[in-house]
Amino acid sequence: MTTPLAEAPPAKDPEGPAPAPRKPRRRGRLVPYWLLLPGILWLIVFFALPLVYQASTSVQTGSLEEGFKVTWHFATYWDAATDYWPQFLRSVLYAGSATVLCLLLGYPLAYLIAFRAGRWRNVILVLVIAPFFTSFLIRTLAWKTILADGGPLVGALNSLHVLDVTSWLGVTDGDRVLATPLAVICGLTYNFLPFMILPLYTSLERIDGRLHEAAGDLYAKPSTTFRKVTFPLSMPGVVSGTLLTFIPAAGDYVNADLLGSTDTRMVGNVIQTQFLRVLDYPTAAALSFILMAAILLMVTFYIRKSGTEDLV
Amino acid sequence: MAVLRWLRRNLVVIAGLCTLAYLLLPNVVVTVFSFNKPKGRFNYSWQEFSTDAWRDPCGVADMCGSLSLSLQIAAWATIGATVLGTMIAFALVRYRFRARGAINSLIFLPMAMPEVVMAASLLTLFLNMGAQLGFWTVLIAHIMFCLSFVVTAVKARVMSMDPRLEQAAQDLYAGPVQTFLRVTLPIAAPGIAAGALLAFALSFDDFIITNFNAGSTVTFPMFVWGSAQRGTPVQINVIGTAMFLVAVLLVLAGMLAGKRRNKQSR
Amino acid sequence: MTTAQEHGGDVRLTGISKTYGSFTAVHPLDLTVPQGSFFALLGASGCGKTTTLRMIAGLEEPSSGTVHLGDQDVTALPPYKRPVNTVFQSYALFPHLDIFENVAFGLRRRGIKSVKKQVGEMLDLVQLGEQARKKPHQLSGGQQQRVAVARALINHPKVLLLDEPLGALDLKLRRQMQLELKRIQTEVGITFVHVTHDQEEAMTMADTVAVMNGGRVEQLGAPADLYENPRTTFVANFLGTSNFIEAEVAARSGDDLILKAGDCKLTLPTARCTGPTATGAKVLAGVRPEKISLTHADDAGRIPEGRNRITGRIADSSFIGVSTQYVIDSPACDSFEVYAQNIERDARLTPGAEVVLHWNPAHTFGLDAAQDVEAGASKVEEDASA
Repeated sequence: MTTPLAEAPPAKDPEGPAPAPRKPRRRGRLVPYWLLLPGILWLIVFFALPLVYQASTSVQTGSLEEGFKVTWHFATYWDAATDYWPQFLRSVLYAGSATVLCLLLGYPLAYLIAFRAGRWRNVILVLVIAPFFTSFLIRTLAWKTILADGGPLVGALNSLHVLDVTSWLGVTDGDRVLATPLAVICGLTYNFLPFMILPLYTSLERIDGRLHEAAGDLYAKPSTTFRKVTFPLSMPGVVSGTLLTFIPAAGDYVNADLLGSTDTRMVGNVIQTQFLRVLDYPTAAALSFILMAAILLMVTFYIRKSGTEDLV
Repeated sequence: MAVLRWLRRNLVVIAGLCTLAYLLLPNVVVTVFSFNKPKGRFNYSWQEFSTDAWRDPCGVADMCGSLSLSLQIAAWATIGATVLGTMIAFALVRYRFRARGAINSLIFLPMAMPEVVMAASLLTLFLNMGAQLGFWTVLIAHIMFCLSFVVTAVKARVMSMDPRLEQAAQDLYAGPVQTFLRVTLPIAAPGIAAGALLAFALSFDDFIITNFNAGSTVTFPMFVWGSAQRGTPVQINVIGTAMFLVAVLLVLAGMLAGKRRNKQSR
Repeated sequence: MTTAQEHGGDVRLTGISKTYGSFTAVHPLDLTVPQGSFFALLGASGCGKTTTLRMIAGLEEPSSGTVHLGDQDVTALPPYKRPVNTVFQSYALFPHLDIFENVAFGLRRRGIKSVKKQVGEMLDLVQLGEQARKKPHQLSGGQQQRVAVARALINHPKVLLLDEPLGALDLKLRRQMQLELKRIQTEVGITFVHVTHDQEEAMTMADTVAVMNGGRVEQLGAPADLYENPRTTFVANFLGTSNFIEAEVAARSGDDLILKAGDCKLTLPTARCTGPTATGAKVLAGVRPEKISLTHADDAGRIPEGRNRITGRIADSSFIGVSTQYVIDSPACDSFEVYAQNIERDARLTPGAEVVLHWNPAHTFGLDAAQDVEAGASKVEEDASA
């Protein structure tokens, strides 16, 4: 009944009978482009194009009254970098410290939710997400109360001599916490902590609980199990968590403005001031580009290094 | 010894709960200080208990106006970003086409870009085009930065969907449109809902991009920012507390309803 | 036009093939599945059986050839316009719809308003009347399987396609469902095309089995015919177990070929040899393990004349209840397998014992020696996890 043909099927004979109508599925070829068009166009016009304008602005000279002209004045970049390197350095340091703190604080909580919370899991998850619904500015202002001079927290830290240590480290100033680098770092940590906890939780939750038992069965102490099994498996969460924390923290100016002082100004503050108050657009544009380039470089390097490229 | 052993075994739990406390402390402060009766213009130190602010939440000039503006912008931005983002997500998962890599990076970049950079660039564009800053520029900006998050959320859901479900629908006489409406969309709905919720939260709470592109329009976060300079009315804390409570209650109600539905059908 | 009606459910594939880039999943293939039959496509994963099924369903567009249902050319029809329904691998039940709506899906899409009675009857047929308002994830694997069958059958398709429908069930349930499906098929009289990698499943259920390998049909026939008269080593090994002896045609004697393998002479009916039959040609003489009798070497004199015989030594034996399986090392073929019924066990047949293997020459089959002796042999281990 079956005789597999020895040769390939005969090619369509142009003179033979008209072939049966082919499926109309070819029409579907344009569908993805129609689906993509509006959204992608939106991103091109309102995300990519602005960056081009920004690039052009950064090499313009002139003033607000006379108008700006493209003069390929690359010296703006040099001036911006030399004038504002302390702010750049601070941005990287503050955002870096906040990221490390987020990881240290967030990991236990993510672990707790994933493995130890039992029936409380959903409740704790809700409590992690719920603060989002109160405007972050209101919550950041609350830190002003919490860290207020002479408040109970600062008093306690003072009597425990914690502030002596932090003053020696240069992140606090005498018996003040507010308006010091520590307050800014603390605010950044607080603001971006959920962005660390949620990816961590997602990758921890995917780990099969039996892996812990298997590791225990194979003579691993709990600490060894963590180092050799749990932590490596949670790396995707660690990587996306640190990125989601570091990137916005490095560009943030709200915490530095509300909780810090003029000595804690970050790049974000400079860009905001230059753009909205001083109206020195070229300098602001150049600063934005330096910040963007620096972050993209760091992120690319970090992703390469950690070998997790499928973050999107 | 027993205490020490207990401590060691539950170290993670204790540390985790400390972090949770750190996360919730500001909300507690916001709530407590919504009952404060501050002496000066700023509501940073405790004076005396009062329910004045709760009885007159809109008693501050312009605050409730900015709140309703923020809600409107968030609603429109959510709709726009969800529709556009869902379309992109489906195209990315379901079809092969050219320039896939470029499109993927165009979607990833807004999430990897500091807000202040996007804010400044967009303002440059609007200034160059001579656009009138206000409601529309803010809405455009919000749709732009919410889009990528919606794409990511929907994509994850659509990717985990068994392609055989759609084939089964086709096999059972559902044409392309019917298949999409009856099977694909309902199954992708949780992802789309998650994306929409995220978009709403991001838009409603956005300050940096809004501050650059709003001109003289004042959204709720901008109102809070402004009051941090001029003086913080207690009503801000009332709004903050109310939003927190509403969110928690909604989620809890949803969870309970889900549980009951499961029990009933079992 | 009685013929048109009688053959309304014939599936006719003509020169159908499927290529993905440079990879050919299905080589051009002609196949006719007669109306009302239970037809199985059997093969290891990646042999092209599922692709063939999906081309019948319309879920895959053939690279060449045509698909006919009865007299109708359906090659150009999309799946939702074909009078064919599929029971998908792992069922593909709609998770957001309850059982009732899953089963009613096809009826509703065809614009039928009052589905309640039909769906109720169908659910009763598969004994799920009580579960109508549950969601698929609340059912057990066997129940989900029955929903999938009900969802397809309610549409009275001309052909029901089953893609590894029992793959996700455990052994006992699988046996039960095999009988159940066979019963339903007999009852409704619809043509079933069943894709499976499980040879036992194919043989139990199907009237006709097509064994596929590497995108081609190796052999097609009734299960018993395939088992007794395999035409390739792949079929011989994939369906059950076979022992092969490399031999050379020494002479012809009437209807038989006399083969020489080392020191032994074997008889092979010429009609059962699909390989070359000329004197001097190399052939593989095959015999199934259960056809062979074992006699201790001391009793060799008592073996009747006219049987094929080879000598060897028992290397291993395992007792499995109804039978004992022996592995025997022989100069003609190492690790010869023999299944002996446990009727009168000879206590001397233990590892190390010298034995004579003998069988009726009519049970020998001859294959072309130019093929891989091991083809299709490792299927059990490969597919156990699939």
